[in-house]
Amino acid sequence: MNALRNYLDKIKPNFEEGGKLHAFQSLFDGLETFAFVPRTTSRVGSVNIHDAVDSKRLISFVIIALLPALFFGMYNVGYQNALAAGQLGQATFWGMFWYGFLAVLPKIIVSYVVGLGIEFTVAQWKHEEIQEGFLASGILIPMIVPVTTPLWMLAIAVAFSVILAKEIFGGTGMNIFNPALVTRAFLFFSYPSVMTGDSTVWVNQQSILGLGFTAPEAYTAATPLGEASADGFAGFDCQTITNAITGLIPGSVGETSVIAIALGALFLLWTGVASWKIMCSVFVGGGLMGWLMQALGLTQIEWWHHFVLGGFAFGAVFMATDPVTAARTECGKYVYGLLIGIVAVMVRVLNPGYPEGMMLAILLMNLFAPTIDYCVVERNISMRMKRATKK
Amino acid sequence: MGKLFSKENCEVFSNPLNLNNPIAVQVLGICSALAVTSQLEPAIVMGLSVTVITAFSNVIISLIRKTIPNRIRIIVQLVVVAALVTIVSQVLKAFAYDVSVQLSVYVGLIITNCILMGRLEAFAMMNGPWESFLDGIGNGLGYALILVIVGFVRELLGFGTLLGFTIVPQFCYDNGYMNNGMMTMPAMSLIIVGCVIWAHRSINKEEK
Repeated sequence: MNALRNYLDKIKPNFEEGGKLHAFQSLFDGLETFAFVPRTTSRVGSVNIHDAVDSKRLISFVIIALLPALFFGMYNVGYQNALAAGQLGQATFWGMFWYGFLAVLPKIIVSYVVGLGIEFTVAQWKHEEIQEGFLASGILIPMIVPVTTPLWMLAIAVAFSVILAKEIFGGTGMNIFNPALVTRAFLFFSYPSVMTGDSTVWVNQQSILGLGFTAPEAYTAATPLGEASADGFAGFDCQTITNAITGLIPGSVGETSVIAIALGALFLLWTGVASWKIMCSVFVGGGLMGWLMQALGLTQIEWWHHFVLGGFAFGAVFMATDPVTAARTECGKYVYGLLIGIVAVMVRVLNPGYPEGMMLAILLMNLFAPTIDYCVVERNISMRMKRATKK
Repeated sequence: MGKLFSKENCEVFSNPLNLNNPIAVQVLGICSALAVTSQLEPAIVMGLSVTVITAFSNVIISLIRKTIPNRIRIIVQLVVVAALVTIVSQVLKAFAYDVSVQLSVYVGLIITNCILMGRLEAFAMMNGPWESFLDGIGNGLGYALILVIVGFVRELLGFGTLLGFTIVPQFCYDNGYMNNGMMTMPAMSLIIVGCVIWAHRSINKEEK
């Protein structure tokens, strides 16, 4: 590490004002502060409270928490491929994993290159520091799209969301909507045929670099949630639910395994990065609504099945808890989470057009988070006013 | 003749095209701009209809502006606009039936277009007929310009066509290109109008 530090100190003058590589100053600055905690401290004259953990470190915790789901997602991509080709007997664990790795890696690269490219350009243009928010979004985006999404669509969607959902609001920390979800929403509404449905979108059917198998004929696989929505929510057998908990079902890359997501959730809660209030209340809201829908006879699905199907768990753990777009008041977090759960299950059960409601629910509540905060603060003010004038 | 095209009159005509554009600067008439721009043809027809109606209602109101009692001027303006809208709507039905079906209620709703009432109140009520005519044409064309830009982008990316002719070649589709379904939704036209306003303001930053 010392060698790297010395090297960075040595080349630093090139990037200062007037240096020959000044055009890449934000790139250098971004990489330097990513590797080391910056040495500069606040100027005297204002009051600041500093945490030892800055936002680059915070975001690396999020990425670590995402790794179990990502690795399992890669394995599952290979597993679904072998299943589609009917070659499950011949497939090895590592063969399936590396196949999935090769299938997912281009998406991660495209997402980072496009997103960070735009961020670096904007930062250099405005003479600002590079903002690190995209490090987490960049890995979230490949995890919430189907594995067969074409790369050019992904690139357009990432550019759309980074520019129109983030940079025009002022960059990281200023955005109203979660950029990863805006990317998915853009894909979902622009190219519905490759993003959803019971067509061939969920399973990669071609072999890559000699790994994996080519399916003999077009293999269609619906997600269990899509099937349930199509046949009027007839309920599930035990095997489907077990598979949905371990994650061996077709679906977006990172969202299938509840166990891997739970590992990430534990890590996020242990490090204090995500709010347990939001996470728990999403599940409570979804459970209540699922129970109500079942009691009213609108669906046969048990209330807790909603948690293990589709993107509910992934959204609750990694998307709803995004500190920038969630409600910030402690009381507001409960309301925010509850409403996400309620709306998600409502969309799933009541709207036949959208089998999955989590994305729409979180985006909708992102919009209402400031209003929720406003109401909580106003209520607090009026309560304290009453208390003060009571005597 | 020199007086008709004096510098002031030229500005009356050219300002609404760019620096004082009714959509990009005054942000008026947005509802119809979002509703009719999913394809280029209805956008052009809508832009021309609004231009004709704005120009002639401006002229008529400006001719009778001294005889209109101030208290009932809005009603008088509405009667004039409604008469012109009905004429345009009938002409469209007679000569361009398909487009008038596509435009559906939005031709009738030109009556409520904020640009029209704004021009009548702010310009025609206090200027002569020739200036009012230029002002009406300028504002109508400024509106049409934005509609055409939005309609162009939406039809090209949403359907792969322009004015109904296929533009995106077949081999693009064969290699995996797909039309963007979101472009055909009204939500996207709001975003495109926003981008047009963004571009317009960054270009004209110095002049304000």
